[in-house]
Amino acid sequence: MRVAFERQKYLIDYTLAALLRRKTRNLGLLLVYALLVFLFASVLLLSQGLRREAAALLQDAPEVIVQRLAAGRHDLLPADWLDSLRRIRGVSDARGRLWGYYYDPAVKANYTVMAAAERPLAEGEILIGAALARVRAIGVGDVFSLRAASGPPALFKVAGILEPSSELLSADLLLLSESGFRALFQFPPERYTDAVLTVSNPREASTVARKIALALPSSRPILRSEMLRTYDAVFDWREGVTFLALAAPLLAFAVLAWDKAAGLSAEEKREIGILKAIGWETGDILRMKLWEGALLSLTAFLLGYLLAWWQVFHGGARLFAPILKGWAVLYPDFRLTPTVDPGQILIVLAVTVVPYIVATLVPGWRAAIADPDAAMRG
Amino acid sequence: MLMSPALVALGLIAFVATGAVLLACGFALRILGCWDLASGGELQVRLERRTYLISTLLGFALGAELLSLLLFVHTAESLSSQFVGAMCATGVLNANAFGFPALLLKIAVFFLAALWLLLNRIDNRGYDYPLVRLKYGLLLALAPLTVAEATVQTLYFLGLKPDVITSCCGSLFGADGRGAAAELAGLPPEPTLVAFYGTGAALLVSGLAFRRRLRLGPLFAAGCALAFGVAIAAIIAVLSLYVYENPNHHCPFCLLKAGYGYLGYALYVPLFVAAAAGLGAGLIAPLGRIASLRAVVPGEVRRLTWLALGGFGIFYGLATWVIVRSNLVLLG
Repeated sequence: MRVAFERQKYLIDYTLAALLRRKTRNLGLLLVYALLVFLFASVLLLSQGLRREAAALLQDAPEVIVQRLAAGRHDLLPADWLDSLRRIRGVSDARGRLWGYYYDPAVKANYTVMAAAERPLAEGEILIGAALARVRAIGVGDVFSLRAASGPPALFKVAGILEPSSELLSADLLLLSESGFRALFQFPPERYTDAVLTVSNPREASTVARKIALALPSSRPILRSEMLRTYDAVFDWREGVTFLALAAPLLAFAVLAWDKAAGLSAEEKREIGILKAIGWETGDILRMKLWEGALLSLTAFLLGYLLAWWQVFHGGARLFAPILKGWAVLYPDFRLTPTVDPGQILIVLAVTVVPYIVATLVPGWRAAIADPDAAMRG
Repeated sequence: MLMSPALVALGLIAFVATGAVLLACGFALRILGCWDLASGGELQVRLERRTYLISTLLGFALGAELLSLLLFVHTAESLSSQFVGAMCATGVLNANAFGFPALLLKIAVFFLAALWLLLNRIDNRGYDYPLVRLKYGLLLALAPLTVAEATVQTLYFLGLKPDVITSCCGSLFGADGRGAAAELAGLPPEPTLVAFYGTGAALLVSGLAFRRRLRLGPLFAAGCALAFGVAIAAIIAVLSLYVYENPNHHCPFCLLKAGYGYLGYALYVPLFVAAAAGLGAGLIAPLGRIASLRAVVPGEVRRLTWLALGGFGIFYGLATWVIVRSNLVLLG
């Protein structure tokens, strides 16, 4: 065992020295290799972070949301529906929500406007999201003007700015009192945008949804688990598509690696010839070549992965954010929670190292089987 | 079909491994037909040279296959949030008819690939390619399985539709259900635990005896295979109950969830490694009779036996810890 170990140690020692002798050539390959790992790892780390963030946010989302449909479109929900919903066994509470969108031509963005019953707001007061406050350059005490549905501008006094820690949800949010909301949009009384239910036992949510669909045929119940599933599927799909798009650089890299491994310089050929002449076997040369690949792969992997990690969690993930995150005028500014998932590392290894090894094996073997005299003569 | 990086990576591994194995098969046929170590002819020299390439290529391909089993299970578990009705990997594997066959084929390929890698390792250490025919003969047996695994896995991935309502583990691993899984779940706890610890003790004794007498190899290999089977049955019938602290939840896949501290990986990885090492040790022990391997095989067998006993030791230790720590009272 010890002999075998020592043997590998000497082989690594020799391989490292040989790699360092041809610094520039190997550095080029290493950089391209690390870049490839960086690209794949960035996609995975970013979408994993986003998925985690979405799941954490939805943890606090209501178990069931009920909407009313008219001709297949979302319609306003009558207040008496809330009583019918509360009567369904398993539902501990049902609340009507008032919310909608407001297009602001000044910043060319849509705001989410919501009535916040749980906040003590007077009719003329408003709370605004941090991103919105930045864009409109307003603060507490300023007057914020919105165009009411009836035509004239409605003036609101900014009573506060929502905490930046909730920016993922509140970037473009405006919170009003119920009467303020109804006045702004001329919303009919006894009507709500939708209803949210609290279900005592979350495992009963799907049964409750079935009962709702039976009791109120024109309703559409939406479960939290369905939203989570949709998010998962969307991120998986975006990741998968980006991966497929990266197949072309991967192929180009495999060709480059093949070419580099196949184009041995005269000096390298002579070196292999001499090694074989002084007693190295074909197996030893092949092992040396494999160590060369392994050392290069390991360095490139560490370099690429660490760089991707830094880029995603500390550098703002600028590279793939437009594809994976989506896009909006008032985009929230948020930090992802850094994580490392062993399954992800396995995936990156599989898509980068496996093609590299396949591409370099045959040229390595060709070099290893050369006859010493032929190799030395070049 | 679902589109996920893990599926792309698994597909890539299957494609590369199958390609390597098929390439090697063509070579294996020539080896079986023309190999003659006594000859100094051009063909023999070419074959000897090429065997370096093929065995290294297969080493990587089959090594990737070993890892792909782990990735496959991990992926099935992580996709469970995307299927209506699925609570864990069981539901995802049940999402179409190819899920469980793909898993079973992957397990079969895992053990055969481990055995092949072991034979290759020993063969490389003998000076006269002593196992070359055996090795490539085994490869011809492994090839159809690898092709089947890649095909079934691809069909499985292509057939994954998130709108299919799948069944949760409760219906497959319920004691009242039908089929092999339900039979295992319905095993009575007390006799199962007796069989579990009895097999463990027998394996320890046979392992220690085997280290002294290599003739007992096949017995030890059979013991390892039996212990592996009993361990899987015990996980489904008893151990899972202790982990979930619920007398009706028998699922062997929910153990892989973060909620149970990824205990499943800590149980399955040593169990699979130990079973593969034990099977390998028992099966290669008779090769010690070959002159060029006389110095190599005993040491290798001893190491593998230690690995097998160590792996089973970790598994049994963890299993006992799970039982002792649990708040569930199943016996007495």
